Amino acid sequence: MPRSSKSGGGITAEATFDRLRTRMLAGIHSPQLKSSALVLLAAGAGMLPLMAGSAKAALTKMPTDGADTLLMLMGSALVLLMTPGLAFFYGGFTRAKNVLNTMMMSFFLMGLVGVLWVVIGYSLSFGTGFGSPFIGGLDFLMLNGVGGPLGDEPLADGFAISASSFALFQGMFAIITPALISGALVERINFKAWFWFALLWSLFIYCPMAKMVWGGGFLGAAEGMMGAIDFAGGTVVHIASGVAALVAAAIVGPRTGYPESVRPPHNVPYILLGAGLLWFGWFGFNGASFFAAKGAGFSFITTTTSASAAMLTWCLIDWFKDGKPTAVGAATGAVAGLVGITPAAGFVAIGSSIVIGAVVAVACYVAVQFSGAGGVGGSSKSVLDESLDAFSVHGVGGTLGALLTGALAVKELVPADYFPAAAKILEESGNFGLFLTQLKAVLFTYGFVAIGTVIILLIIKATVGLRVSPEDEERGLDFVCHGEEAYDPMTN
Amino acid sequence: MKLITALVRPSKVDAIKSALVALEIVGMTVSDARGFGRQKGQVERYRGNEFTVDFLPKSKIVVAVPDEKLEAALNAISEAAHTGEIGDGKIFVTPLLDAIRIRTGERGPIAL
Repeated sequence: MPRSSKSGGGITAEATFDRLRTRMLAGIHSPQLKSSALVLLAAGAGMLPLMAGSAKAALTKMPTDGADTLLMLMGSALVLLMTPGLAFFYGGFTRAKNVLNTMMMSFFLMGLVGVLWVVIGYSLSFGTGFGSPFIGGLDFLMLNGVGGPLGDEPLADGFAISASSFALFQGMFAIITPALISGALVERINFKAWFWFALLWSLFIYCPMAKMVWGGGFLGAAEGMMGAIDFAGGTVVHIASGVAALVAAAIVGPRTGYPESVRPPHNVPYILLGAGLLWFGWFGFNGASFFAAKGAGFSFITTTTSASAAMLTWCLIDWFKDGKPTAVGAATGAVAGLVGITPAAGFVAIGSSIVIGAVVAVACYVAVQFSGAGGVGGSSKSVLDESLDAFSVHGVGGTLGALLTGALAVKELVPADYFPAAAKILEESGNFGLFLTQLKAVLFTYGFVAIGTVIILLIIKATVGLRVSPEDEERGLDFVCHGEEAYDPMTN
Repeated sequence: MKLITALVRPSKVDAIKSALVALEIVGMTVSDARGFGRQKGQVERYRGNEFTVDFLPKSKIVVAVPDEKLEAALNAISEAAHTGEIGDGKIFVTPLLDAIRIRTGERGPIAL
């Protein structure tokens, strides 16, 4: 999604892109340079849908590249695995009587959002039908026309990945984003309410966010737009889900008996398993977001380096403060580092990824202490039951990552042909200018997501209701919502 | 000395503990248990197959008390575990012949 910046929406964006591309290729004489320029262009896939209709310049049309497309397909599979990974990560934190319900809140979205994305989600995120910088259109319903009759056509002129692989890849992001929110609502939300929340939130919050940041919309780095950059979803995925989690925790209310009723995680090995799967999957999430195999080395490296630095930092804090490094801390630290590097992965130097990982780990550690329980301590007197620290990790980590991306972005990694608005800001006012732009985009996202989430939750509250009864909460949501038990000694 | 065995709702264990500690009855053993009484079992479904599970999750609390604290302890447990719905559980009381504190070798009520 990083390289999506190019488009403004509608004809203007396409024209802009064509002009830039032509100028860029014309200025390059050496064949070797020319081919790297093509690779760079190929990397800019995000806006493909925008160009799909306008490809008239035969000169710049690139054939679909097998290796690049394979990167996207592999990346899609990796990102898909993050959702069951998240289910294990969250499931380990809750009580044994709620583990299936907690895991289903993530796992089930592979079904719900998986269908939603193909039917209309992709179209709303990356279509151009409405000609709006805030929402896509209805031009790609059922992925109609995406990738041509055989699915092998390139995303757009100048891109070497197939359009179909791009649509699939984006769908995996759409699945995990609402799943992240579930961490704030576990152990008391009604599953029916969760069904409607995930459906409405995906359509009315996620799709516009994807459009605005990656689809050539309002917040992105296309010509004439705000100029914020987001490599793989710091804003779209992590800030959006984190803010929604915070708002939802406030509206749904704390678990009955909170905070006295909070218990330690029921299965720490699940948490480590989940964090491991998330880390593995994040190679697809960030790494494959480069959209071209040849240049993806950096985004793969910064991703894993940041996670390593953050885990190390979190464990050292644990060690110095409480005398022992904890397994839950190691898992949480790794996830925080992965969140922090997400908006920056392809834009910063490798050394910076260590800084980002360490700084984000410290910030998330502090945030988790404030927000309390999280399953670890349960010492907080806070009335806001942000149960599994979805905001403290994804909201705080995503915000800090987005800001650090502005402060640490390297000019050469934010090429003007792909990110005209952002490159212009970097050129004119340097990293501080880009930092301020990122801040603006972050604040806009906070406002948009918070207001939209409140509206959706109030509608659900008035119709199907949000919570299970206190008696059902006491009994456990596995049996109440699903009629199953995770661990039944009588089946041994 | 008497031995109290209480089979209660798992969610009431904390309240019972607090009530007993307030009576200066310190020390109790809690274990997860499955059981049934008049409360019916529950029906679970896995891939469409129904399973009737007769045994429901309960907590078993075992606590030894000196005779003079028995009534107070029973009242405390009953009140803390009460909801009025079927499934609140049972309390059994049995005589206790002796008690030994292993560390010191003390015997009788002083060892409780």
